[in-house]
Amino acid sequence: MADSDGRQVDGVNHATGKIYRLKLFFNNEGKELTKEEKQRLRKEKKQHKKNKKDDKGPPEKEKEKEKASVPAPSKPATQSPAHKAAPAPVHASESAAAAEKPAKSKAELRAERRARQDSERTSKHGKKEGGQQSASSKPKATPNELQPVVKRLPEHVQVDDPAALKKLAKKLERQQVRQIHSHVPLRSDYGYKVSLFSHLHQYSRKSPPTLQISIPATVIHPSIVRLGLQYSQGIIAGSNARSVALLHTFKQVIQDYSTPPNEELSRDLVNKLSPYISFLSQCRPLSASMGNAIKYIKKEISNIPSQCKEEEAKGKLQACIDSYINEKIILASEAISKYAIEKISDGDVILVYGCSSLVNHILCKAFEKQRKFRVIVVDSRPRLEGREALRRLVKKGIRCTYVLISALSYILPEVSKVFLGAHALLANGYVMSRVGTSQIALVAKAYNVPVLVCCETYKFCERVQTDSFVSNELDDPDDLIVTRNGKSHLENWQTVKSLGLLNLVYDVTPPDFVDLVITDLGMIPCTSVPVVLRVKNVDQ
Amino acid sequence: MEKDTTQKLVEYFRAQIREDPDVASAVAAIRSLLEFLKRDQSETILGLRENMTKAIQRLEETDSSVAVSSGGELFLRFISLTSLEHPDLSQCKNVMIERGELFLKKISLSRGKVGKLCHTFIKDGAKILTHSSSRVVLKVLENAAADNKRFTVYVTESQPDSAGKLMAQKLHNLNIPVTVVLDAAVGYIMEKVDLVIVGAEGVVESGGVINKIGTYQMAVCSKAHNKPFYVVAESFKFVRLYPLNQQDVPDRFKYKADILKTVKDLNQEHPMIDYTPPSLITLLFTDLGVLTPSAVSDELIKLYL
Repeated sequence: MADSDGRQVDGVNHATGKIYRLKLFFNNEGKELTKEEKQRLRKEKKQHKKNKKDDKGPPEKEKEKEKASVPAPSKPATQSPAHKAAPAPVHASESAAAAEKPAKSKAELRAERRARQDSERTSKHGKKEGGQQSASSKPKATPNELQPVVKRLPEHVQVDDPAALKKLAKKLERQQVRQIHSHVPLRSDYGYKVSLFSHLHQYSRKSPPTLQISIPATVIHPSIVRLGLQYSQGIIAGSNARSVALLHTFKQVIQDYSTPPNEELSRDLVNKLSPYISFLSQCRPLSASMGNAIKYIKKEISNIPSQCKEEEAKGKLQACIDSYINEKIILASEAISKYAIEKISDGDVILVYGCSSLVNHILCKAFEKQRKFRVIVVDSRPRLEGREALRRLVKKGIRCTYVLISALSYILPEVSKVFLGAHALLANGYVMSRVGTSQIALVAKAYNVPVLVCCETYKFCERVQTDSFVSNELDDPDDLIVTRNGKSHLENWQTVKSLGLLNLVYDVTPPDFVDLVITDLGMIPCTSVPVVLRVKNVDQ
Repeated sequence: MEKDTTQKLVEYFRAQIREDPDVASAVAAIRSLLEFLKRDQSETILGLRENMTKAIQRLEETDSSVAVSSGGELFLRFISLTSLEHPDLSQCKNVMIERGELFLKKISLSRGKVGKLCHTFIKDGAKILTHSSSRVVLKVLENAAADNKRFTVYVTESQPDSAGKLMAQKLHNLNIPVTVVLDAAVGYIMEKVDLVIVGAEGVVESGGVINKIGTYQMAVCSKAHNKPFYVVAESFKFVRLYPLNQQDVPDRFKYKADILKTVKDLNQEHPMIDYTPPSLITLLFTDLGVLTPSAVSDELIKLYL
């Protein structure tokens, strides 16, 4: 059993060649194959691949030449069926490919079948192996067809990459396991994305995700649809508001839920919630606070004992949700106000940015306690949330000043303290908050003004991030078009090829710029966030 | 009757300090509190706690250092954070007294632990700068000298009470070469020294320290010259304060107790302490180990929660 071994195995098993190719390397009594043997094997593989690819024909070659970017590793052969299979509207970049479709139906069907086999196989062996396999086989196949494809693994996965899109569409389809009707719709990206942020989604407010939902939507509960619309249109905004709305909607969902026969509530309800959560994240990416709330609910649901009656279980879950909202949000803000008021002394000039429900609450409470201070509200386009904060504070009777963020260094010498809200606190001490916050913290540090961040503990998350690029949210770029006078010079920005509009939502502030974090557990330095997370995990 | 007992407490406290000038004021305070606990006549646990809290307040009025306040609070927490489920009050009291003795023994040893940890950071031939008179720093230097290391010490005069001269005298008795410098000469001398070691009256939640006035200046100078700035403190000095800047330190710590009682306009008085933020401190040596300023909050959470 020497050299001929390899040839035999390869010749016989070209349909399921991939599995056997692995075994090949360990054949000769566990020794690795010699150089010549390996070369011969490679040649045979190439030949065999060429025979396989010949029946797919030239259209495949042309298509691959069109794509400048390197496709995802797992499915090089499935790009044409990808467009047919996905229910989502097709990209502009793929319209050229679409034109060639009617010409090659048979090849497509075969490729589709192969794609399905591939996906089944990869799910069996694990994604990594399949990726390696097809990645290693792809560069070997392409020299045959003389294509200008780069012979290495891609360094990033693009969201609008057709293979990845197909995967996502399949995942969303699978989420409604036994129902044939509507799937969770896949929202398409809008407009040109700045290259640094091309890995994120950018949706337009003019095309809401509910356009593709059929009526009646048997998969998604109507109050979830309503919530998703409210998120995507910006009607409900702000970390706390979104979490509370989510929890109330889940209460409604649990109320309307009825366990199907032969199912357990603790398992089935969690499965029912998953498509809702995917739908909501399609409408607007989930915030860290919402993520923690969802984790809590799922844990509570799976802890329901199986002998519990349905009504009792539902009642228990509702009570859990109520107590969560009460403890983590309402009572927490009371505790934080108590600590924060100690830090506000008479004669203070306090700077706030945007509209944070927690900071507004603190200032109102401090004013009720007869502290003498005045507030400077800093605002920024396009959201202009500071106006809402200004309205609330002035209504209380607090003396306020309103500036835009461009006037920050002008106003800072007057300021004695800066109070900032947070969207999330990351495990390495970085503060994720509305875009512009890190700018304020930076300039405040330069002027030696203490910066205080107020954040409830339920917003602490285990993620680690050191820059604002890797994970962020892109808002509708059309928001940037309109200016104060109503003039919109940027109206036709899409026609200008070299122009991109970027509407970022969040940014991260390093812990060196933050002097103090006020949480419901007390006042801690920014570097102690992992300690709090550890204490919380021990409690649970 | 209450005034009588608190009066006795204060006298006991003052006597402790007189007899043993080397003892930390917090240790003396805790000893007096333990004595107070033993003599206390209250009928309920709640009454006992109230009396203890009042006693601590009374001691703070006598000696307004941060250490007394933090030591007292920690003592109270230590003795009451145990299961006091016994039906009989005297049994509970015995448990509390036992724990109190344990606490006292632990903290009496803390200065030795700190000394042992820190003296290894002093290399042979080092030039050390220190501020005012600190018994912990003295212990550290004593240990280093006993280890046959040769080093010289610069001490600031530390006005208004010239405590630096006292420190110089003590070091002279240990045969360590010492020079007294003016407070204003810190910037001048900084290029000559290798490291700075200071004690602390209190360590705050942010990891910063509260110490004799002039420490902040020394810290800023050492940062500018890139010299390591070490702080030595026992763990009972950890206090639940979080000052944002110099103004944020409460008045009751800034001035001496008698001045607080007699003087009306504090703006005319000069504060005796200042706050050094954690960004200027390299390391803190405590009986809990060698800590970075960010780890102090971790330890505090463990101690107080």
